Amino acid sequence: MTNIKYEPVIGLEVHVQLKTKTKAFCGCANEFGSKENTNICPVCLGLPGSLPVLNAQVLVGAARVALALDCTIRHFIKFDRKNYFYPDLPKNFQISQFDMPLSENGHLDIKVDGISPKRIRIKRVHLEEDAGKLMHPEGSISSLVDFNRAGTPLLEIVTEPDIYSPEEAYAYLSDLKLMLQYLDISDCDMEKGSLRCDANISIRPAGETKLGTKAELKNMNSFKAVKAALEYEIKRQAQSLDAGERIVQETRLWDEKKEVTLPMRSKEEAHDYRYFPEPDLPPFTFTDADIEGMRNSLPELPQQRLRRFVENFGLGEKDAAVLIADKELADFFEACVEIYNEPKKISNWISGPVLFNMNSRNSSFGALRLTPGHLTDLICLVEDGTVSNLVGKDILAQMLAAGSAPKDIVREKNLAQVSGADELNEIIEEVIAANKKSVDDYACGKENALMFLVGQVMKRSGGKANPKVARSLLAERLKRT
Amino acid sequence: MAISKDEVKYIANLARLGLTEPEVEHFREQLGDILGYVDKLKKVDVSGMSPMAHVLDIKNIYRPDNISPSIAPEKILKYAPQHEGSFFKVPKVIE
Amino acid sequence: MKLNFLTAHELLEPPGQGSISSGDIVSDLKGRIESVEPKVKAYARQPFFEKALNQKLEAGWLKGLPVSIKDNICSDGDLTECASRILCGFVAPYDATVVKKLREQGALIFGKTNMDEFAFGSSCENSAFHPTHNPWDLDRVPGGSSGGSAAAVAADEAIMALGSDTGGSIRQPAALCGVVGMKPTYGRVSRYGLIAFASSLDQIGPMTKDVRDNALLLKAIAGHDEKDATSVKTPVPDYLASLEKGVKGMRVGIPKEYFIEGMDPEVREAVNAAKAKLSSLGVKFIEVSLPHTEYAVAVYYIIATAEASSNLARFDGVQYGFRAAVKTDGAEPGLISMYKQTRGQGFGQEAKRRIILGTYVLSSGYYDAYYSRALMVRALIKQDFDKVFNECDLILTPTSPSAAFKIGEKTDDPLSMYLSDIYTISVNLAGLPALSLPCGFTKASLPIGMQILGRPFAEEDIYRLAFAYEQSTHWHKEKPKL
Repeated sequence: MTNIKYEPVIGLEVHVQLKTKTKAFCGCANEFGSKENTNICPVCLGLPGSLPVLNAQVLVGAARVALALDCTIRHFIKFDRKNYFYPDLPKNFQISQFDMPLSENGHLDIKVDGISPKRIRIKRVHLEEDAGKLMHPEGSISSLVDFNRAGTPLLEIVTEPDIYSPEEAYAYLSDLKLMLQYLDISDCDMEKGSLRCDANISIRPAGETKLGTKAELKNMNSFKAVKAALEYEIKRQAQSLDAGERIVQETRLWDEKKEVTLPMRSKEEAHDYRYFPEPDLPPFTFTDADIEGMRNSLPELPQQRLRRFVENFGLGEKDAAVLIADKELADFFEACVEIYNEPKKISNWISGPVLFNMNSRNSSFGALRLTPGHLTDLICLVEDGTVSNLVGKDILAQMLAAGSAPKDIVREKNLAQVSGADELNEIIEEVIAANKKSVDDYACGKENALMFLVGQVMKRSGGKANPKVARSLLAERLKRT
Repeated sequence: MAISKDEVKYIANLARLGLTEPEVEHFREQLGDILGYVDKLKKVDVSGMSPMAHVLDIKNIYRPDNISPSIAPEKILKYAPQHEGSFFKVPKVIE
Repeated sequence: MKLNFLTAHELLEPPGQGSISSGDIVSDLKGRIESVEPKVKAYARQPFFEKALNQKLEAGWLKGLPVSIKDNICSDGDLTECASRILCGFVAPYDATVVKKLREQGALIFGKTNMDEFAFGSSCENSAFHPTHNPWDLDRVPGGSSGGSAAAVAADEAIMALGSDTGGSIRQPAALCGVVGMKPTYGRVSRYGLIAFASSLDQIGPMTKDVRDNALLLKAIAGHDEKDATSVKTPVPDYLASLEKGVKGMRVGIPKEYFIEGMDPEVREAVNAAKAKLSSLGVKFIEVSLPHTEYAVAVYYIIATAEASSNLARFDGVQYGFRAAVKTDGAEPGLISMYKQTRGQGFGQEAKRRIILGTYVLSSGYYDAYYSRALMVRALIKQDFDKVFNECDLILTPTSPSAAFKIGEKTDDPLSMYLSDIYTISVNLAGLPALSLPCGFTKASLPIGMQILGRPFAEEDIYRLAFAYEQSTHWHKEKPKL
């Protein structure tokens, strides 16, 4: 849907809630889904006289994200107050970071459509506190406020305007989310609001270097919605420019039902947030050693894992990409390799039958309750010829349904492959008797007829016949006719 | 230093402070006087100085990530100007 | 003698055998309040007579001593309104750390004292309840903003009290009412539960009848608090133990910039006489210089109002306190009208003035010229003190340029009111401890106070000098005729 005449320029602002036990500045539980106004205290309600004290896990968690994004961490960190009135903001200022953010100048290397590499520069990563939640009951003249979310630690990750298409935006969000999951720092659940994304977008005539007037898009509740809103906005702005109109700098809300962006109804005011240093929080410092220590304790990140899978396990880039795209899946893969050192075979089983089952059940990998031992046992059964590949896939489906071990299923259902000449010859005689024409064709030199007859043997044996043994027995038998 | 009524109104709006017209005029005058007085800071040589971050040399004050009990919502909702169930209630917010 | 006229240390260690019950003290206080409170109006509302008598006391060294606290300090279940209409009906759902500490050590929270709204003022006239009167001359102000605490102690309507000090709000009313008031080092006393005016300047401190009581009350409230990130871990010394160590050889600085025109000659005379007295006790005086003193008031009013404009933003009618009955005129959405009308009607004139000034200096385009520059000059003011404290141990100055002024005298002139804080403000900007104690009377029998400043966390040294002086004078024994 790229418009050749215009080139879009996009910057994304992602907010991620950190999954600490408690809120950023008080000891209230940081949890989603509690009854309204139950995780509250004088501090997160901003009651008169209360004071914030920073949760020790917050700054370190944020710094880990910044380091994973290759940002430069500041040695001297302070918090600032961002002043504005809104009923979900208990103090009518938000503790945030203004001119000295935690970190700046990083990047994330993404793969657009899973293939084309692109570097997105990260402008800044900073910490702030989340606001409460507003509800607007239909038809009411009032809004309702729940402060459970107020004070949740929130990381803001801002890109440079390096994104040139909705597809790139989608890839950036997917890869960022994956990285955050590897860092085990956030649930990254857009439906629950633990990951939120706003977009700045402008378009300019192709070849132009000056940026156009941007619109800020909000209210997108999924990555798909971000993509759709950007696609809509590119079209809208292009039509405006084509009609000789000027783009107005404004905030627009994505309407999921109508699939359009609409300007905000409230009067937009000039942003004059009157930032100043938060006097209730003395500054924080990181030494070089602190930063190196945090860098060294970072877990393996998705792209590093991909390279390792390719280099150490000999997997193809594409197969490795499938595995690392789900941290649980990749962890599972490695656990299987520990038990049974055949990475390629395991990878094939996972990207093939396992993912097929996962998708057809529309479940997450975790919900499959598949253990590495069971899967490797199954692969061994196929590899040593106990069951055929086909039966193996069947057994997998049964394993997932019942949670039982593959060997038990083979025994209970008598699924072991038949390789004994006596049993097979019995079936072969039946097949020859029933397929006179193919037998004749083979006799006349049509090699294909043999494959058909082997297929018939497999069918008649309920898939249990060992195809290799059946083929050679059949060829021998046909020579004799 | 003279400041205009419009400036006072702009500031009052930022601070969500409803002022009467006489108040606007009154504060315009007084604010002008006070700003005139604080203008003396422009004379101070601040070369080499950076803004004071904190009056004491303290830093890196954290609390452990341990849960402490929340307060019972009734304790605060009881005195709320308006509430509905356990929600605080405000005039409709238009987005 | 009625018990309310005694000091805390006298009540804790009565002559002879036996002890005094807190019920007896409360009942004498009640009698006193019933007779003089209609004239003085030191309290924000009626103290907790019944509640105080029925309250189960913790066992502790304070043995049920009643402490009155300023109306900006939260105590669980009590109205805490900062003498403001906008906090009308606000019942704090928690104890400030100082209150918690006092209770744990056996003290009794007796009542809430009047103040300038949100601690904005030097006269106690900016109270939404009523102005407080100076017990020494009922036509005059008690000073502010902790004027209620000062007047209550001076009028023997309280045994001792807590105030808060952002630019002199403990020391100036202490001077004007003839009591002892200490602004501790920033970070010495937890601010948790003190309704903030200017977070980087505020401190809670004791206001008492004499120096010993002051040391006693500070000992009870000082110390690190994990709920206040700006409170420090420095151990709290036993202020009482070192009171009597004497002052021989102490070096005390006299800053030349403080003895300037505009100072009332009677104040100058009283401070000079105190110098002479202290010299006779072995104190060495040296002249010192604090060259950035003349900028302190300007720096203060930028930083304090900027922080206040933000701290007071939370008073918006959403969760607690006053909410205006909203008249929507259609021009603005209901929510915005609610905010504006609530804040327009809920705040008094001085609060509005400071919110406007503070908002202005932080607003787009002015931050560098005002706020950022003020923070740099603040650093210079602190440097001045650091240098001077290489030469001397303490600094002596007047507390206020004049004795108590008439009620109504300065209400229309905010700038001249601000300038009367000239001697007290630098201390807050530099985070230092300072104490005001009586050093004489004017011909019109109004108390005069002098101020002793120390290095950070040198409250002990300040008390030593103050105690030595107090022991050699009788000022603290004088009582107003009420």
